[in-house]
Amino acid sequence: MDIGADKALLDRLLLKHAVEQFYAREADLLDSRRFQQWLDLLADDLRYWMPLNYNRPFGAWDGERSAEGRDLNWFDEGKFEIEQRVKQIMTGVHWAEEPVSRTTHMVSNVEAEAADDAIVEARCRFLLYRNRTETETDFYVGKRHDRLRRSGDSFLITRREIFLDQNVLLAKNLTTFF
Amino acid sequence: MRDGGERIHGGGLVDIDRGLISRDIFSSQAIYADELERVFARAWLFVGHESQIPEPGDFVLGRMGEESVIVNRDRDGRLHVFLNNCRHRGMRVCRYDHGNTRKFYCPYHAWVYSDQGALIAVPKLESGYHNELDRDEWGLIEARVSSYHGFIFACWDEATPDFETYLGDHRFYFDDYCELPDGTFGDWEALGGIFKWRMPNNWKFGAENFAGDYYHNPSHASVDQVVLSPAGVKGRHTYDTVTRKREVHKLNICITPEGHTARGELFKDDYDYMPTYQEMPVVEDWFRECYAKRQERLGEKSRWFGHGGTIFPNVSYSNGVQSMGTWHPAGPHETETWRIFLVPKAAPDEVKNVLRHYVIRYQGPSGLTEQDDMENWGYAHEGARGTIARRHPFHYGMGLGHERKGWPVDWLGGDVYATEDVSEQNQRAFYARWAAMMDTPPGAETRRPADIKAAE
Ligand code: FES
Ligand SMILES: [Fe+2]
Repeated sequence: MDIGADKALLDRLLLKHAVEQFYAREADLLDSRRFQQWLDLLADDLRYWMPLNYNRPFGAWDGERSAEGRDLNWFDEGKFEIEQRVKQIMTGVHWAEEPVSRTTHMVSNVEAEAADDAIVEARCRFLLYRNRTETETDFYVGKRHDRLRRSGDSFLITRREIFLDQNVLLAKNLTTFF
Repeated sequence: MRDGGERIHGGGLVDIDRGLISRDIFSSQAIYADELERVFARAWLFVGHESQIPEPGDFVLGRMGEESVIVNRDRDGRLHVFLNNCRHRGMRVCRYDHGNTRKFYCPYHAWVYSDQGALIAVPKLESGYHNELDRDEWGLIEARVSSYHGFIFACWDEATPDFETYLGDHRFYFDDYCELPDGTFGDWEALGGIFKWRMPNNWKFGAENFAGDYYHNPSHASVDQVVLSPAGVKGRHTYDTVTRKREVHKLNICITPEGHTARGELFKDDYDYMPTYQEMPVVEDWFRECYAKRQERLGEKSRWFGHGGTIFPNVSYSNGVQSMGTWHPAGPHETETWRIFLVPKAAPDEVKNVLRHYVIRYQGPSGLTEQDDMENWGYAHEGARGTIARRHPFHYGMGLGHERKGWPVDWLGGDVYATEDVSEQNQRAFYARWAAMMDTPPGAETRRPADIKAAE
């Protein structure tokens, strides 16, 4: 067996495992509503972006998403703004989340690549199930691209791109975190 | 019921004199079907802004009632609004949200229409139709179009008066909305994209809320405890940063008989610019300069600062965040809301960016403010469905009989009423118009909405 090739493979597997563990922990924090602890996973320079999707003709698919920093987006913000969203839930009178939703974050198809010693580029699919009050149910399904910065033996999220596969948003709101 | 078994909306279902409105108007399938015919097929409806289609050939999809329309600028620069529906057998002729094209190609049997709506190609015209199809008769179905300061409205009914007549005395308020911050009718530029989302409530909940419901502030108890204001201070309004006491009349304005509504502030005196964006010098300077120009240009009328309103039936605008939202009916129990946001075209990028971030975080499904509105509308709608619940009307009686005309100043319009702070006069005017339209069967003379009985 070629030890050199195995070393590279092993590194990749370890990195993937570390990212998957990180996502599992993150999902658990969100789904158990430990929002303050979840905020600790976000870097101060976080960019959190979810564009709109357009129906575009064949050959013009590069224009199928609204542009960050220029167009309308479902989200185009930083950590401060995310913190306000958490604070709003914690007022107890944010009616869209009061009573609060039950969420389950599923993350799969994780791929992770070390860009350099500090940065990891990660891609995954997400399925976010949200159920609230009696029968209100939403499925948010799509892709996520994250830029993670190594921090101790874990990561901080410095960039999150969320591609929700919908044109007309079928849920009445986006009060949960992706 | 009238002789022919017609349902009567004014009176029985919509009792303006007592401020009582039947829950059926939100939840009945039969009433909803009548609305599509008698309200949406007759009214001027907002379909887009000219800046979304600046070049010849540009198009953007719009929606009127439940139906898709193509809003385009043809090769000669003229605006059109077409039903997005093939004359042959109904397939959508355009399924791209926006783009630029000279023709619309039907994917079903390949009838082709020009950007001016003409049927320009039909496969097998000779061998199949034996040249017996008159193509001139089968162009796209086209609506009347009116562009008002760049805001495009369309109407299916030839009997409806022109848009400016339809607007009536609402013109002053809509002009205030259309003016740039410096008081001129310059160019607004729509930000790319349209917020489109589904809400589990009848379309009228959004329309009547935006019509002027200062009473619903408790809905926003949470957002007022966090930072949303673009100036970076606690609260959701731009003016939350203003420390000086603002002396204003906070007014609900209803325009009769058209049923349009507005809300806003009438400053009691000439005010100097109030520092708002202290942390952002470029933005602060720009708004300060605009403010001075506006004061000078508009004189006494610069005292009016609109917050927003609803152009009957389903177009709601918000000043400041400069949004145009349309509550599209999608069945009695669902609304598909579309909203665009505009920024002053000539403003510095810093200004555009501040406004863009503000609007995204304020309105729509990811907006800290409207999320809580929608929660209330959705469950209030459910409250309009129950068998027992429907035996009891909704109450819209606040401030009944306290509406004032020609007050606090005489230049607010002719048949225009005002009430201070909280009141349901705007909802009453909205539903008076709604009932009058609903009580007008196809082909009949338009009825006059019930009058607002003003205070002496
Ligand atoms: S439906 Fe369009 S060509 Fe037949
Ligand atoms: Fe509201």
